[in-house]
Amino acid sequence: MINQSIDGFLHPNVSKSVDQIFVYAKLWLLTWLTAAPGWVIQIASSLINIFALLGVFLTLFALMSVLERKILGRIQNRYGPNRVGPFGLLQPVADGIKMLIKEDIVPARADKLLHFLAPILIAAAAILALGVIPYGRNMTPFTIDGGILFFFAVGSTTELAVFMAGWGSNNKFSMLGAMRAIAQMISYELPLIITVLPVVMVVGSLTPDRIVAAQAGYTFGFVPRWFVFTPWGATAFILFFVSGLVESNRTPFDVPEGESEIVAGHMTEYSGFKYATFFMAEYIGMFAITGLAATLFLGGWHSPVSVLEFIPSYIWFFAKLSALLFVYIWLRGTLPRTRVDQIMNFAWKFMLPMSFTCVIAAAVWHYAGRGLRGWLWSLLVIAIVYTALSMLLDTQRKFAPRVYRFAE
Amino acid sequence: MSSAAVVIIAILTLPAALAAATLQKLMHATLSFAVAVVGVAAFFFLLGAEFVGLVLVFVYIGAVAVLIVFTILLTRRDVGKDRAANWGGAFLAVAVFGGLTWAILKTQSVAVVAPHIRAVTVKRIGEALMTNYVWPLQCVGLLLTAALIGALVLVMEEKR
Amino acid sequence: MTPTLQLFLVISAALFSIGLLAVLSRRHAIFILIGIEMMLAAANLNFIAFWRFSPQSQTPTGVMIAIFSIAIAAAEAAVGLALVIAVYRHYRTTNVDHLNQLKG
Repeated sequence: MINQSIDGFLHPNVSKSVDQIFVYAKLWLLTWLTAAPGWVIQIASSLINIFALLGVFLTLFALMSVLERKILGRIQNRYGPNRVGPFGLLQPVADGIKMLIKEDIVPARADKLLHFLAPILIAAAAILALGVIPYGRNMTPFTIDGGILFFFAVGSTTELAVFMAGWGSNNKFSMLGAMRAIAQMISYELPLIITVLPVVMVVGSLTPDRIVAAQAGYTFGFVPRWFVFTPWGATAFILFFVSGLVESNRTPFDVPEGESEIVAGHMTEYSGFKYATFFMAEYIGMFAITGLAATLFLGGWHSPVSVLEFIPSYIWFFAKLSALLFVYIWLRGTLPRTRVDQIMNFAWKFMLPMSFTCVIAAAVWHYAGRGLRGWLWSLLVIAIVYTALSMLLDTQRKFAPRVYRFAE
Repeated sequence: MSSAAVVIIAILTLPAALAAATLQKLMHATLSFAVAVVGVAAFFFLLGAEFVGLVLVFVYIGAVAVLIVFTILLTRRDVGKDRAANWGGAFLAVAVFGGLTWAILKTQSVAVVAPHIRAVTVKRIGEALMTNYVWPLQCVGLLLTAALIGALVLVMEEKR
Repeated sequence: MTPTLQLFLVISAALFSIGLLAVLSRRHAIFILIGIEMMLAAANLNFIAFWRFSPQSQTPTGVMIAIFSIAIAAAEAAVGLALVIAVYRHYRTTNVDHLNQLKG
C-alpha cells in the first residue's frame, strides 16, 4: 500500500519532514478514505501515485522541450526561442496550442487501426516504464520485485509499436524508417541489458530500491559508494548511456528520423496531436532511461557528499537527471549523425564484447575483495579487452587532410 | 485473488486470442496475439508468478512478435488476406475444447482452493536455477545457441 | 468467491483450442506459427496453475518449468520463422497448401 522503506538510512542531518513531504502529503490524502474497504484504499493510493507521476513528468517534458531548443541555440551561437513569456519559457504552451489545432490527416490507404494505435502504445510504454524508478527516499511509485525486468519488458514493446507506426502509414519512407528504427533498437537492447547485469550481480536483487540502498555510504569518508566509481561501473555506465541514446533515437543515432533522408521516418504520416504524442513518448523514454541510469550507477537519490545531505533526496535525483539530460542535449548539438552500418558495427563488434567484459570485471572485483585490489584487477581486465578490441577492429584508415580530385 | 479478476482477464485474453486465430490481415492478427500474451501474463501475475509473467512479455512481445513482424515484411508477396476458418478445423477445435472441459469438470481432485504460499521472489528462482536446475539451464543455453545459429544459417543468402 | 483450479484449467483449455483452430485452419505459415505459440502459452498457464494450487507449492517447480518452456518456445519460433523465410525464397509462396512436393 504505502512503500515501506527498504533503506531506512536517514542521516542525522537530514530534515525528515522536507525530505518526506510528498509521502506525508499522500498519507494525509489517504486519511480521507479510512472508512473505505481495503481495495478502495489500494486503488486510491495507486491513482495518487499515477497522477503525481504524470504531473511531474509532463511538466518536465514541456520544460525540456523549450530548454533543449535554447541550449541547442546557444551551442549554435544564437538565441533559442525567446518570444513567448520570459526568456521564452512559455514556448511549450504555444507549441501545444499549435499541435492541438492542427488538422489530423490520415492517409486514405493507411491501416486505420494501426495508424491510430501506434502513438498511444509508444506513449503508454514510455510512461509505464517510469513507474518503477525510485525518485526519492520511500518514493517509488510501484515496487515490483523484478523492477528492472519490468522496465525492460515494457521498453521492448516499443519496438512493436514503432513497427506498427511504420507499417500502418502505407508509405515507403515510413516503412524504411521503421525498419531502421527496429534494427537499431534491437541491436542496442543487448548491450543495454547486459550492462545492467553487473549491477544486479553485485547487489543481488532486481529491485531498484535495493540497488539504490546498496550505494549508500562513503568509502574513506568522502567518496560515495556509487557504482560509477568502480571500473566496471564506469564502463557499464558509459555503455548504458550510449545504448540509452540509441534506444531513444537521439542524435547522433537518429537515423530513424533522419530529417534530411527519409523525411521523418516512421512518423512521417502523423500530424498534429499524434506527432506531439510521438514527441512526448520519445522524451519520456529519455527520462526513463536517464532515471534508470541515475538509479543504477549514480546512486539514485543519495547525495555525493555527506555535508550536503540536508538537501532532500528528490532534489538530488532530479539534479542527476538534469545533468544527464544536459549531456544528451549537448551531444545532440555537437555530433553529426552516424551511418546505419556504422551503428550496427559499433553495437555488435564493440559494445557487446565490452558489455560482457563488464560482467567479468564485476565478478573479478567482487572476488578480489571489494577494495583497492579488486579495483585494480577489474581495471586490468577491462583495459586488456579494450586494447585488444581496439587493435582488432582497427580499420587501417589514416587521418589525413582531405584530397579533392575534381573540386579545386 | 478473486474470481472477478480472473473473469475480467479472461474476457480480455480469449477474444484477443480468437481474433489472432481468425483475423484476415496478418498485422492485426499479430497485434491481437500480443494482446493475448499480455492477458496470459496478467494471469501469471494473479497466480503469484510475477517473474514468469515479465519474462513472457519480454520474450513473446519483445522477441517473438518482432520476429513475426520481420518475417511478414520479408515474405510480402501474398500478404494481407487469408482464409478465416474452415469447418473441419473449427469442429476439431471445439471437439478438443469440449473433451478437455469435460475431463476437467469430471475430475473431483482439481476442485481445490489456492493455499497461501510465500511469494516467489527472483532470489528464490535464482537460487533454484543455480542449485537444482543448473543442468537444464546449461542445456537450454546450448539449445538456444544452436537454434539461433541454425536459424542464421537457414536465412543466409547462398554464395553464388 | 475464490477461484478454483478448474477455472484456470478451463481457460487454459480454451486458449489451447483457439491455438489449435489457428494451426488447423490457416494457410499462411506465419499464422500457423502464431497458433503454435498460443498453444505453448496455454500449456505454460496450465503448469503455473497446477503449481499454484498444489499442496507443495513451496518449491518453485512450476515456475522453473514455465521459464524453460518460454525459452524453448522462443528458440522454436526463431527456427520456424527462419524456415518460413527460406521456403519463401525457394518457392515464392507461404501458402502451406502449395508446399506439397518433396523434391525442390
